[in-house]
Amino acid sequence: MTTTLTKAAAPMVQVRGLHKSFGRLEVLRGVDLDVPAGSVTVVLGPSGSGKSTLLRAINHLEKLDRGHVAIDGELIGYRRSGDRLYELKEREVLRQRTGIGFVFQNFNLFPHLTVLENLVEAPVSALRRPRAEARAAALALLERVGLADKAAAYPRQLSGGQQQRVAIARALALEPKVLLFDEPTSALDPELVGEVLDVIKDLARSGTTMIVVTHEIGFAREVADTVVFMDGGVVVEQGPPAEVLDRPRQERTRAFLAKVL
Amino acid sequence: MTVTTEAPPARPGRAAAAPVDLDLDALDGLRTVPARHPWRWAAGIAALVVLAQFTHGLATNPAWDWATFRVYFTADTILRAIGRTLQLTAYGTVLGFLLGAVVAALRLSRSAILSSIAWAYVWVFRSIPLIVQLVFWFNLSYLYKRFGIGIPFGPTFGSVETVGVLSALGAAVLGLGLHQAAFAAEIIRGGIIAVDAGQREAAAALGIPRWRQAWRIVLPQAMRGILPAAANEVISLLKGTSVVYVMAIGELFYQAQVIYGRTGRVVPLLMVATVWYVVLTTLLSIGQYYVERYFARGAQRTPPPTPLQRLRAFVRTTARTAVRTTGGQP
Repeated sequence: MTTTLTKAAAPMVQVRGLHKSFGRLEVLRGVDLDVPAGSVTVVLGPSGSGKSTLLRAINHLEKLDRGHVAIDGELIGYRRSGDRLYELKEREVLRQRTGIGFVFQNFNLFPHLTVLENLVEAPVSALRRPRAEARAAALALLERVGLADKAAAYPRQLSGGQQQRVAIARALALEPKVLLFDEPTSALDPELVGEVLDVIKDLARSGTTMIVVTHEIGFAREVADTVVFMDGGVVVEQGPPAEVLDRPRQERTRAFLAKVL
Repeated sequence: MTVTTEAPPARPGRAAAAPVDLDLDALDGLRTVPARHPWRWAAGIAALVVLAQFTHGLATNPAWDWATFRVYFTADTILRAIGRTLQLTAYGTVLGFLLGAVVAALRLSRSAILSSIAWAYVWVFRSIPLIVQLVFWFNLSYLYKRFGIGIPFGPTFGSVETVGVLSALGAAVLGLGLHQAAFAAEIIRGGIIAVDAGQREAAAALGIPRWRQAWRIVLPQAMRGILPAAANEVISLLKGTSVVYVMAIGELFYQAQVIYGRTGRVVPLLMVATVWYVVLTTLLSIGQYYVERYFARGAQRTPPPTPLQRLRAFVRTTARTAVRTTGGQP
């Protein structure tokens, strides 16, 4: 971890004072988060604690009531000009999202496209890559997630674990600066969880910046640089897994861990 | 394997007599008698008798006048009229679904003004009976003598006589198309909103441009829901073209009427029109099957074979067994 720190690098993901309500329900009540480049942050917490909303707010799938998100120093969803913030048009938000990979709980693969077409679509239409180049990159990614032989298959012909691995490859096809995982193994049969976590671990080792919302405590312990525990729309506690998971300071963290471990 | 404390009954017949200590192993090799359904058969046969009587009547009742039917079924005037019917159907479908797609898009747009206008369009054109609308368009020149292009509420750059622009056929196509568009819009909108919201979200998360999201991700999936209802509409439009007889356009039904007006042979000519409508509907239904199949790709793990493939497979296997049996003879 001793790299040449000539200048203090800004965190890859910066989140400040996020607030979000759905009607009268306050889901996020002031969340701050810094994710250094190349690090893995695992977000834990009971359901309804705002974990997914936080993730969706980071790539602007969810509009915020208050607070700001920056990725690699670029403000997401807004543009600052003088002392004003201008809301970005959809086209610009879509461009920003190409730098933020998102993996959904339910995969959300495009069922009418083959696996290869699923991977090629965004690089070609959003980044205007030549199709041949996108195909070659997609095949290399499928190789990486162990599904090179499934390029011509349709998503429904695959198991849940395979579908999620394709979804991860699809997110990687845009070469994003950061990858967001929203409970990537929650929709899977228990025996399929391992193959997906293995792919994510492999990405972690290769230095991809990641934020992973999950209930897999074992995975958090093994892979996370930082564990963030959320409850009631706020970050209750964060730190290295050895601290948060083994010596939690907050009573709420202790209570949660006692239930899930 | 079976743990029994007492010796099992030796004779199979005893199993039924003594159900208390039922021994499942002893049931092997017994003859299974299927349940009988005498009333199902009786009802089926009764229905077949009625059907046979009707078919017999069709063939033997001279009032159907099949000789006249044969004369006119492929007569030039009728074939030309079918061409006109197909033309009206094609134009009505194209105009209806293009405009319908636009109206559906407006209805789904985030602009309250555009969405309200689209809603009002559907409301108006679903409310007016097709025949009323057709007569209305036919008489448009009474309402607007001239038709021009210019600045709204301002000067006009040029104009033409309405009568010259809108022929009877033009009025019919316009009426059918506008009517069809209202229904098509709702069908298309229904298909679009039935696509899982996660699909649009995934497309948005990947940064796919909005137009491309609609065209490449949402619409192909919406087509599965749109097609059966759309085929209904095309078929009902095909038959609905018979309404334009009120404008004296020589489509199939009008032509049949002209002929029986002259010859007095009403029933056979109605049958000519009927059989042609059935033939055309059948062709459309076959087309529908294959178009639906195309858009169902990826929807099932293994797509079922088409009727043609099934037939070919059947012929292949029968041929193979035939070869094997004949080949087995010395």
